[in-house]
Amino acid sequence: MTARSAAAIASLALLSATGCTNFYEVPIETPIQAKLDVSAFRRVLVAGFISGGSDDVDANMETVRLLRSQLRSKTNLRIIEAEPLPLVQLAGEQAAKTAAAPAATPAPETPATPGALPATPPAAPAGEEAKSPTSKEGSTVRTKKDLEKFDRIFADAAFWKKLGEEYESPLIVTGTVMFTPQQTSGFVNEQREVYDQLGRRQVIPTRTYKERKGFVLEPKFVFIDGRTGATIYSETYRREVLYSSQQTTPALASYFELMDQLLPDFLGALSTQKIRGTRILLR
Amino acid sequence: MFFRALALLAAILAFAPPASADARSDSKAQVEFGIKVAQNGLWKEATYRWEKAVQLDPTYAQAWNNLAIGYEHDGRFDDADKSYQRALKLDPKSVAIRQNYDLFKEINDRTKRRRDR
Repeated sequence: MTARSAAAIASLALLSATGCTNFYEVPIETPIQAKLDVSAFRRVLVAGFISGGSDDVDANMETVRLLRSQLRSKTNLRIIEAEPLPLVQLAGEQAAKTAAAPAATPAPETPATPGALPATPPAAPAGEEAKSPTSKEGSTVRTKKDLEKFDRIFADAAFWKKLGEEYESPLIVTGTVMFTPQQTSGFVNEQREVYDQLGRRQVIPTRTYKERKGFVLEPKFVFIDGRTGATIYSETYRREVLYSSQQTTPALASYFELMDQLLPDFLGALSTQKIRGTRILLR
Repeated sequence: MFFRALALLAAILAFAPPASADARSDSKAQVEFGIKVAQNGLWKEATYRWEKAVQLDPTYAQAWNNLAIGYEHDGRFDDADKSYQRALKLDPKSVAIRQNYDLFKEINDRTKRRRDR
């Protein structure tokens, strides 16, 4: 219960106590308009995500699964069930190919097998070839900097257009998901109860050194028009959770805890959301 | 004849309630009907009634409050904001109006922030 709802209940109680019957509490649903007009699309393809960070959670698979189930239950869009694209690998392979090819030679057309990258792959910056993301050590994205190498795939309209054609021009949802473990230590302000010799209770502010661990979730959702391959909208979020170092929380549980916080915002981009609350009508 | 009619008119005017009281009672009837239908989920009709109520008596703070709630329910945030502000201006000490406005503002501010991002 938030402080605000507690205050609401308290003031209602006060109004009731004073015998005032000129008010009526009513439930209301306040609609929040969608950020995007997706009326042109009847279908949505959650294509896959470039994911990285923790090895304990396959953030690509989990995000695809979660977003599909949310979109299915909370929007009118039809969900396309397709294998999530392994975007890290695809972008990495193409980046490596481009880096290997002479700069003047245009990249050859790649076969349009489902899930494979088409004609214009995103080029990796020079010098990054050695630690290609597809190589054994480089295939895992550990930091946000690693992600930057792949980011340009979202601007590759030809790639997304081709993918869109395969699925009858849906709205495409893709992006990046970083789910990283974090550990912090330092002094934390706490209130400590102490009792003096006379048994009187006192609360003393203390600073305690604490070690805490948890996770940071940083997804970037990119919405692409499957008819043109152009990015319609993108949004980045950051949520983190910290537990005491003694507590053992599975990474997947933390992932869902953090995603739960983001889902209303994600869904709010595509469909009208309703916020439930109460208001007081007066006579 | 003329004097008799004049006397009758004077009597009517003397015993008739003031015009503002009429407006308030008519407005109150609209507000009460609006509350009843809103409680049954008929928010469009309720909003229409409260719009009528504030037309009849623009100084009726409670009617403005209800109208603001009606607009809020309809997603008309700008209109709701103006109506709440009007209600608060007319009755700045009302805890209920203040509370409704605070709850509305929280949602409205969040929506604005999202739109600006």
